[in-house]
Amino acid sequence: MNENHQYILETRNLNLYYGDFLAVADVNLKIPRNKITAIIGPSGCGKSTLLRAFNRMNELVPTARTEGEILFNNENIYDPSIDPVEVRRRIGMVFQKPNPFPKSIYENIAWGLRINGFKGSKSELDDLVEKTLKDAALWDEVKDKLDQSGLSLSGGQQQRLCIARAIAIRPEVILMDEPASALDPIATLRIEELMQELKKNYTIIIVTHNMQQAARVSDYTAMMMLLNHEVRSGTVIEFDRTETIFTNPKDKRTQDYVTGRFG
Amino acid sequence: MLRKTFSQELQQLRDNTVELGQIVQKMIFQSVQALKYRDIQASHEILELDKEVNRRRFEIENQALVLIATQQPMAYDLRLIASILEIAGELERIGDYAKGIAHINIRMGDEPLVKPLIDIPRMAEKSCDMLNRALQAFLQEDEQSARSIPAEDDEVDALYIQVYRELITYVIQDPTTIERANWLLWAAHNLERVADRVTNICERTIYVTSGVMKEISSSDDEFKALQ
Amino acid sequence: MSAISSLRDVTFEQQLALRQRRGKVLEVIAFFSILLGIAMLLTLLVDVTLDGLPWLRPQLFTEFPSRFPEKSGLRSALQGSIWLMVFTALMVIPIGVGAGIYLEEFAPKNRLTEFIEINIANLAGVPSIIYGLLGLGLFVRGLGLGRSLLAGALTMTLLVLPIIIVTTREAIRAVPRSIRLAALALGANEWETARDHVLVYSMPAILTGVILAMSRAIGETAPLITIGALTYIAFDLRGPLDIFTVLPIQIFNWVSLPQKDFQSLSAAGIIILLALLLSMNAVAIWLRNRLFIRW
Repeated sequence: MNENHQYILETRNLNLYYGDFLAVADVNLKIPRNKITAIIGPSGCGKSTLLRAFNRMNELVPTARTEGEILFNNENIYDPSIDPVEVRRRIGMVFQKPNPFPKSIYENIAWGLRINGFKGSKSELDDLVEKTLKDAALWDEVKDKLDQSGLSLSGGQQQRLCIARAIAIRPEVILMDEPASALDPIATLRIEELMQELKKNYTIIIVTHNMQQAARVSDYTAMMMLLNHEVRSGTVIEFDRTETIFTNPKDKRTQDYVTGRFG
Repeated sequence: MLRKTFSQELQQLRDNTVELGQIVQKMIFQSVQALKYRDIQASHEILELDKEVNRRRFEIENQALVLIATQQPMAYDLRLIASILEIAGELERIGDYAKGIAHINIRMGDEPLVKPLIDIPRMAEKSCDMLNRALQAFLQEDEQSARSIPAEDDEVDALYIQVYRELITYVIQDPTTIERANWLLWAAHNLERVADRVTNICERTIYVTSGVMKEISSSDDEFKALQ
Repeated sequence: MSAISSLRDVTFEQQLALRQRRGKVLEVIAFFSILLGIAMLLTLLVDVTLDGLPWLRPQLFTEFPSRFPEKSGLRSALQGSIWLMVFTALMVIPIGVGAGIYLEEFAPKNRLTEFIEINIANLAGVPSIIYGLLGLGLFVRGLGLGRSLLAGALTMTLLVLPIIIVTTREAIRAVPRSIRLAALALGANEWETARDHVLVYSMPAILTGVILAMSRAIGETAPLITIGALTYIAFDLRGPLDIFTVLPIQIFNWVSLPQKDFQSLSAAGIIILLALLLSMNAVAIWLRNRLFIRW
């Protein structure tokens, strides 16, 4: 019973295809609850593909195909009876380039709530928007301009708005696909700080090509790499506490990657 | 404030270091007390405590290395962590000195002291006081204190010369005491070394705050006096 | 060694000046081209204005055409043009925008869809008189609507439809994929995403496209003549099944009459037509500036 509660997500023999091409091979991963797990690795090894499997967003590519299971609180999210829409409400996503809706800041948050069936008064909605923006460390900066367009904010603020939008509907997991790679260093650090706060209430999985960021911010790290040069399928070669990955990894390939000797 | 978690971890590391320092301080004091009152049981307890010291030292080192590997510390942060690594090592050796004194007490067994201990406890008191203030200076980043403490090493050296001369006198009078006198001299030597280690800790504190790495050498009177 | 230094000293300097001169020549040619274009446009406008301005009086709008230039007006032509636009818009907007949305959002990406897309693009380039012939056969005779406003509106609908479909699709395509992904990631389905985001953000562009397409249609003459829009209507429009005329046809009629006054009347008609066109374009530009989203 204890073990089940520890891992909020688990993949079993997960294989992800685009048509006949096997992009991600045989992943067996257990994601711990209320922790930040980073997925790192060289470009093209399937990190984003793996991430998008967790909320079934990879299905938006017509040729995508999934084999194996992903268990979310012990239920397989790829079971035919499960609607991907329901999965996505509970497993949210923040994208690499900030993409707030060209609506007002208020509407950015309110829309997701309404779509997912928020039935409350206007003042209840106001409160929820305020609380969400506070949780995303954005309230002080936007409280006087909630009716201005989301696009009028700076890059870092836009990304925090996107995070707010995602957490408004109270998912259990937040997937982040290189959330800070389009931001300047200070904005990046603020996002990382926010993640540390958020993990108290959410589980976070972050894909990043920035090793130092993974080292700074994550509790666990999954190292992904191509199986070999001919077969361009990626897999997870090591998964451990971040401290261990960066001070004493078990796999030599991991060591080569984190020490920058990976060719 | 950014990097709040990292700042907290640095503070934790500082606190752990100072805590380790307080433990070894206690060990020095207690080992000399045990020697003065011939309390063998207490000396055994010191040996046990040394294991705790070693464990804590490795824990601090490990914490420091993890921070270096994962947090990319720069400038002040980097100097602080590097200095903590050194200071932890110095503290561990001070603990070993206490262990040495405890061993002496145990080995002397039932044999009486050559003379009642007066200067040796004074050395212990002085060294422990220096260590205490050095740790405070480290914690408060008080560069001025850190600069002034090493000079007091001369006092400890002076006491050591005194002990040396006194013991020589005893041995000349009664050569059979040579072994027991040797033990005591060794204990005094350990305490003199403690003061030297404290000087190193002060050097590290100055490095953290100023970025300047400089040896603070005690005077050479020690050697002149022995001639 | 010496060969390199001699290159550096002699050859490059000359090239710079020569290249500057060549660039200047191009600049001058381009300048004169635009000067020519503006000059021709200005000539047309000035000529028309000078000629027609005296005839811009209330009678121009209240009188029907007559044998006497002083008693002639655009009353019936204006009614015809405006009602034609209204009926055309009522039909072409739902069909055109709807088809564009379907093709862009919901149609499966197969050979049939591709085939349809190519043909729609082709249809936009077909000469308008062909649409007139189609309208004549299909609406005037086939459906028995006669030379009515309705037949005219149906014909214009066909004419303008391909443009509207293409514009709608372009407008929808301009909405970044990242916005759809964001909406889907929040647990919306495809329909909700289209309704609350894609369509909302592409609406300004669709509207602009519709207005511009209509402003083109208002100037169409050939297909309407083909389906039988008359040149002399001396009574108010009684309903969509009534015979009608439009502004360009009236203008054309007056130009062909020998009296000098009728020439000037046609110039006045041109001024009205231009005014209508300019205001429609102005609305389109205003819409673009106010509502377009700067991604």
